[in-house]
Amino acid sequence: MAKVVIDALLERFPGAVTGAAAGPGGDDVAFVERERIAEVCRFLKEDPALAFNVAPYVTAVDYLGQEPRFEVVYNLLSTRRSWRVRLRVKVPEADPVVPSVTGVWRGADWFERYCFDMYGIRFTGHPDLRRLFMYDEFVGHPLRKDYPLRGRQPLVAERGVQDVYRGPGPAGRD
Amino acid sequence: MSSEVEAGARTEAVAAGARASELDAPLPTKRMLVNLGPSHPAMHGTTRAVVELDGETIATCKLDIGFLHRGFEKSCENVTWTQCFPYTDRLNYVSSIMNNVGFALAVEKLCGLEVPERAQYLRVVTSEIHRICDHLTLVGAMGLELGAMTVFLYAVEGRDLLWDRLAELCGARLTSNYARVGGVTRDLPDGWTDATLRSLDRVGALRDEIDGLLSRNRIFTDRTRNVARVPRDEACELGFSGPCLRASGEPWDLRKAAPYLVYDRLDFDVPVGTNGDNLDRYLVRIEEMKQSDRIVRQCLAQMAPGEIAVADVRYVLPPKPQVYGTIEGVMAHFKLVMEGIQVPAGEAYGYTEAANGELGFYLVSDGGGRPYKLGLRAPGWPMLAALPRMLEGGLLADLVPTFDSINMIGGEVEQ
Repeated sequence: MAKVVIDALLERFPGAVTGAAAGPGGDDVAFVERERIAEVCRFLKEDPALAFNVAPYVTAVDYLGQEPRFEVVYNLLSTRRSWRVRLRVKVPEADPVVPSVTGVWRGADWFERYCFDMYGIRFTGHPDLRRLFMYDEFVGHPLRKDYPLRGRQPLVAERGVQDVYRGPGPAGRD
Repeated sequence: MSSEVEAGARTEAVAAGARASELDAPLPTKRMLVNLGPSHPAMHGTTRAVVELDGETIATCKLDIGFLHRGFEKSCENVTWTQCFPYTDRLNYVSSIMNNVGFALAVEKLCGLEVPERAQYLRVVTSEIHRICDHLTLVGAMGLELGAMTVFLYAVEGRDLLWDRLAELCGARLTSNYARVGGVTRDLPDGWTDATLRSLDRVGALRDEIDGLLSRNRIFTDRTRNVARVPRDEACELGFSGPCLRASGEPWDLRKAAPYLVYDRLDFDVPVGTNGDNLDRYLVRIEEMKQSDRIVRQCLAQMAPGEIAVADVRYVLPPKPQVYGTIEGVMAHFKLVMEGIQVPAGEAYGYTEAANGELGFYLVSDGGGRPYKLGLRAPGWPMLAALPRMLEGGLLADLVPTFDSINMIGGEVEQ
């Protein structure tokens, strides 16, 4: 169905888009070079013939023992054309950095924060790259395959109370 | 002398003028930081919102989530495919069968498995009943949050009637654990169809009562119209799906756009809003309940007796006489329980239209009995992420109703 999309990508970005294939159930999948993912996404969104208008579901996979180790997966959807396409980006462990697509779809924000939280993949250009589910003091990234299922975390010192405006009334009143 | 009087009058006038402008002068206000949650009765689940207030207006809002994080994906990666089903129950616990069905369909996509027709109908019937439950919860809670307690009681009565029917079918009100890879666990008990039709009649009456109490209620519409508006393009760009996306005017429903199970044989409409505000999100839900009612009735009329699971011992446990009587049966049972379903290596993204929107499962299998990776696209996730954007500039009193209108369920968003 969305073979048109893959063909358009192969024509527009020869070299950057490789390994196009049809996955189980007829999903269209292609690998995209890491540095050019934001550019490819912008093309998919802004080309009127493709119109991938909905923010993608971005997730990551840890293929421990393979090189490159990580993969970031973008499940894209065009409601205008009723097309779907999946882009996979290989990310090496030594330099887990991917350009952010939040500039293309703002809705990718929390999905990228999730990938950072769970896998330690950093997204350049993300406006607010913090942990999403875990607390800031958490050590490690829980969905990596080398993180133990019952991993223990060190105790964290209590955080200081932020100076907040107390409203009218005698100072120091509880 | 006269000049002195004049001068005195002038100073008085000046003083009066100063007083008048003082009354009009903006008061020196300070912004106030209010912390809502994580444990607050109005914050569904445990979400923390740090709101900076300028008077009653929300200047900035920051969300802090993760208090309900249970490590859903990590847990699933360490159990067999079948053992994932109870975990999926606990995602959107108001409509758990939809999560079961969504996960089962994703695994079946990876296996290339087609389930028998009766199982498909059963999945649709139970899913749509749960969709009504989910929408009733939202509509009732929305009334509750705007001061209409009665509506909530009506909604809960209807919801519990349907949950009773589902409890007769799968043994639990909330954690249904109903679908399986290759089919469903149980067929309908005797007399279930009639009981369900009667329950649906009662739920329909309750729904119309709620509709009559709220939809044209001046207080309710004034409090919800043009509150937290999300225009159509923005809704797409923010990754909205389901009723929230349709309320913004995008006619996108996976049951129509990419029909799965038997949805292509059923006659139902997709309600679409125009304004994308809280009122539209409420109205879309009311209409969707009517459509789900239609779907369930059509399915119950169309269903024919038949198998409820594929007869393939690689995916589904063999019948008990075979397990106790034949060596092949014992082996198949043992291998399925101990090693799990051997799902072919590969990756797939399965998506269904759950009550809140697109419920997606990104699965990676290494050919073993356990998921190598199970990625969950919870429908409420992008909506919750967009909440600060929807609230900023609005009133603090509208925070909780807006929070409700996107139907954030902690179980699915925080995994």
